[in-house]
Amino acid sequence: MAYLDLTHLVKTFGSNRVVKDFSLGIAKGEFVSLLGPSGCGKTTVLRMVAGFEAPTSGRITIDGQDVTALRPNQRRIGMVFQAYALFPNLTVAQNVGFGLKVAGMPRDEADARVAEMLRLISLPDKGPSYPFQLSGGQQQRVALARALAPRPRVLLLDEPLSALDAKVRVSLRNEIRAIQRDLGITTIFVTHDQEEALSISDRVVVMNGGIADQVGTPFQVYNQPSTRFVANFVGTLNTFEAEVDTPATGALRLGGVPLSLGRPVSAAKGATIGLALRPEAVHMGRAPGRDVVLPAIVREVHFMGSVIRIKAEAAGTTVSLDTFNRPDTPPPAVGQSAEISLSAQDFILLD
Amino acid sequence: MTPRLWSWITFGAGVLFFALPLIAMAEFSLRMRRGVYSLDAYASVLSDPQFQATFLYSVVMALATIVFGVLIVVPTAFWVRLKLPGLRPVVEFITLLPLVIPPIVIVFGYIRLYNTSSWLPLTGTAGGTNLLLMFGYATLALPYMYRAVDTGLRTVDVATLTEAAQSLGAGWFTVIFRLILPNVLVAVLSGAFLTFAIVIGEYVFAALLDRPAFGPYLAWSGDNKAYVPQALAVITFAITWACMGLIQLVTRFSKHERARA
Repeated sequence: MAYLDLTHLVKTFGSNRVVKDFSLGIAKGEFVSLLGPSGCGKTTVLRMVAGFEAPTSGRITIDGQDVTALRPNQRRIGMVFQAYALFPNLTVAQNVGFGLKVAGMPRDEADARVAEMLRLISLPDKGPSYPFQLSGGQQQRVALARALAPRPRVLLLDEPLSALDAKVRVSLRNEIRAIQRDLGITTIFVTHDQEEALSISDRVVVMNGGIADQVGTPFQVYNQPSTRFVANFVGTLNTFEAEVDTPATGALRLGGVPLSLGRPVSAAKGATIGLALRPEAVHMGRAPGRDVVLPAIVREVHFMGSVIRIKAEAAGTTVSLDTFNRPDTPPPAVGQSAEISLSAQDFILLD
Repeated sequence: MTPRLWSWITFGAGVLFFALPLIAMAEFSLRMRRGVYSLDAYASVLSDPQFQATFLYSVVMALATIVFGVLIVVPTAFWVRLKLPGLRPVVEFITLLPLVIPPIVIVFGYIRLYNTSSWLPLTGTAGGTNLLLMFGYATLALPYMYRAVDTGLRTVDVATLTEAAQSLGAGWFTVIFRLILPNVLVAVLSGAFLTFAIVIGEYVFAALLDRPAFGPYLAWSGDNKAYVPQALAVITFAITWACMGLIQLVTRFSKHERARA
């Protein structure tokens, strides 16, 4: 049995079923992200774990204890909010010590814990400051320290990085992950940003319309998306329509070019099926090991520094592809004819 | 004629209309000693033991009313904002009722409900009547107190702060008194000063419940003395203005806080 167990959670608001039969087991010390577009129910799941929403049906257990009916202040859970939610009338140290004071921890012990927490978030001198004297990133770190100070069983992060600017976002997410690893605390992280979810999670839960479409490691979710939604939502995707030649061997025609998937497809001969390919699986020009070569016309070139993203027209569709920048090779010109090559086994079959 | 001149003329007319009676009153209060200006009337007021007793009584009642008002208004406004936002128009309407219903109606209602032959004979003892008087005062102060606190709550993210506190183990008492109240303290204070000003001069409740408050004393001396009532009126105005000044001061203090934020 998992450390944190969500079993058949359902939540309806009026006639609106926001969460439909959501089940998930999270191991102790695991970092799990709930990823999905707004309105997919990810925040509602988090709020049910925190106790701010009561599930319409289903069960939540932490470390074997059924907490479904417990009030939020009885669950021993730490939560970090998108809007920081620091108490404006208290200093940083008082904020961090709030949970300890409520729990009735002796003064010396609480002070020592607060100092330890402030060191953990690298703000050891900010204890006497007030929240409004800190930057957004610092405030969110204080909020993290405040959530962690009472040693909660589970840490819940509700889009904690969304209100911050890009640079702080990246450094803080790495810091959160490092602290989480250090403390070995079981964590649920809610985000709509797939890059965030992929980069710091042990497992990612992609949610859509109140259910978990796919649960897996970032590598699995990105490379083997189980549904069309996951494939489209996570990362950029090129989609193709191919005509089936021989279903048993997976022989197809893509824009007139024959290729073999090497695995059987379920469609009949002559039918069209959907194929998808990540931009990094498409190569500009011919390359060894890439058996499919398609004629293409370069339509857009985005120079992004180390990576160049090119959009080309091929096989009746627009294909995005990424190449690394090389100082000796300037990027192709728009309108130029080119060849793109890809490997048939990289195709993701869309159902 | 420039528009500017018109503004000055309007302003001057307003000053004459509002200030002239006040100036005349203040001037009259200084003429107790024949022929010269003196503070005799004020000295006589301040040394009057009845003034001291009634004023002290009203101050104590005002403080009790403020505490009682805060205790009912802050949790109510908090709860409505957090859990029952749909009820806000209803609660606002109810809190405005004391402005519409004359105090005399309320006090007669009290006397009918709580007289010595009723289930709850509050008017039977001095303490009970004091309590009733405080309830009445709290009702009168409700429109101002509720609005002040509600405005204060608008400036903080009540829902998220509450959830943050709850996730840290805090119960409702801790949330309201250690978190919400300190954050709306400035608003509560401005409501408190208004309440103070209202209670100090209130006549109807105190007179009909027969309590030795400052308002009835004011009226009684007006009927019986020549110069003293004017001095008392000046003192009452000074108290009211001091309260308004304190509201201004506190509000400025809060803006300062927000500017730093």
